[in-house]
Amino acid sequence: MYGGGYIFEDPKNTESATEDSVKLRNFEERIAAGEKIEPSDWMPAEYRKQLIRMIEQHAHSEIIGALPEGTWITRAPGFRRKLALMAKVQDEVGHAQLLYSAAETLGKPRENMINDLITGKSKYSNVFNYPAVTWADTAVIAWLIDAGAIINQVANSKGSYGPYCRALERICVEESFHLKYGHDNVVFLATGTPKQRQMVQEALNRWWPPIMHFFGPSDRISVHTETLMRWKVKMASNDDMRQKFLDMYVPKIWELKLTIPDPKLSKNKETGLWDYTEPDWDEFKRVINGDGPCNKERLAVRRRAEEKGEWVRKALMKPDERYTVPLS
Amino acid sequence: MSIKSIDPRITREKLPEENDITPLKEIHHWQTYEVFHQAKTGDHHIHVGSLHAPNSEMALILAKEQYARRYSCINLWVVKTSDICRTTNDEEEIFGTTPDKIYREAGGYKVMDRINKFKQK
Ligand SMILES: [Fe+2]
Ligand SMILES: [Fe+2]
Repeated sequence: MYGGGYIFEDPKNTESATEDSVKLRNFEERIAAGEKIEPSDWMPAEYRKQLIRMIEQHAHSEIIGALPEGTWITRAPGFRRKLALMAKVQDEVGHAQLLYSAAETLGKPRENMINDLITGKSKYSNVFNYPAVTWADTAVIAWLIDAGAIINQVANSKGSYGPYCRALERICVEESFHLKYGHDNVVFLATGTPKQRQMVQEALNRWWPPIMHFFGPSDRISVHTETLMRWKVKMASNDDMRQKFLDMYVPKIWELKLTIPDPKLSKNKETGLWDYTEPDWDEFKRVINGDGPCNKERLAVRRRAEEKGEWVRKALMKPDERYTVPLS
Repeated sequence: MSIKSIDPRITREKLPEENDITPLKEIHHWQTYEVFHQAKTGDHHIHVGSLHAPNSEMALILAKEQYARRYSCINLWVVKTSDICRTTNDEEEIFGTTPDKIYREAGGYKVMDRINKFKQK
C-alpha cells in the first residue's frame, strides 16, 4: 500500500515572482523532456514543499496502514496465512522506511515527520481510520486497497523526483505479492461455505465506501493541481484513477458473485466510464480531520510504539553524532 | 479516557487519547547510512537506498532486512552517508568536454581509408 487521495495544499503561489525565471524555465524544460530531478538539483520552493508533503503522507500511510492488518497476525487462520500476513505487514513498514528516506532527501528530517504524524499534524490515507472487523476485512484490504495503491504508485513512479520514483519501483514489485495474496484470500472465502461467503460480502460492504474515497475527492471539488501535474508531482487525476480501478476490479468482484453496495454502479456504454453514486465527501473530510472510527487509536498505537522503542534507540545512540541527509 | 478498541490487546494497553510524548529531536532516530547491494558474483555492487542505524553493525542487519528480503543478494556494503564525498550537480560542467575526447576511444582511430588508398597506389 498505500498512498492515494493525497491532500495537497492549494498551490496558488507556484508562479511566485521570487523564483529565478531562468532556472524555473530550465527546470520545467527538463521535466517536460522526461528528465528526473535529483536532490541536489535546483528546484522551486513550492515543488519541494508539495513533494515533502506528498511523500510524507505516503510514508505515514504505509506505517499506519500496517496497523489494521497487523492486528490480525496473532489470529490469522492457519500458519501459512500467518507467515504471509507477517511478510506483508513487514513490507508495508519497509515501504514507510523507503519513503521517509526519499522525503528526507528534500530536507525534512525523519524525526520531524514522525512528530508531525503523532501529533496529528500530517495526514495519512483516510482508509486506515476504519477498523478491520473480521479476518475477511484483511482479505478485502490486501486485495482492493492494495490494488488502488498500485494504480496510484505505478502512476507516481513515472513522476519527476528521482528518489521517490526509485523507492516506488521497489515498492511496486512487493505490492504485486500483496495483491495476489489478497486476491487469494478473498477467492478462498468467496468460493467457500455460505458462512465464509457472508463474511467476505459483509467486509466488502464495509470497505466499499472507503475504497471509493481512496483516490481522493472528485476533480470537480479538489484543489487545482495543474502546476503539480506539469511538474509531474501529481501524475493522474483522482477521477481517472478511480475509473481505472473500477475498470480493473469491478468485473473481478462480480465474477465471484459478490455484490457491490452501490445500486448505481454500472459502466456507461456511451461514455465508456463507470457511473456510481457520488461518495460522501463530507464524511471523507470529517474522518480525515480526526473524527473517524479509529483515528485516535491509530495515533495512540503509533505513539506507544515510539515510546516503547525509545530506550533502545537511546542506549545505542552516540551523543556526538550529527544527522546527515541521505543521498538519494 | 483511554482508547477502546475492537482489539482487546489494544484496550488492555490503556493508551491515552491525547498526545503525551515529548517531541523527537534530530538524531533520535540515529545516523544515516547508504546501502550497496551485489545481486550475484561478477556483478558490481549498486546503490539501493539509505537507512537509519546507530552503527555499522546494526546498519548491516537493517540493510539485510530492508533491502535483501527477496530475490538474490550475496553481499551488502553499508557506508555512513557523512563519509561519502561527491561532486555536486552544479559542477556538472567539469564532465562537459568528456564526450568530445574522441582520442580516448577506439572509435577515434580509423585507418582503413588510409590503408585502402595506400594499396591502390
Ligand atoms: Fe501493500
Ligand atoms: Fe505498501
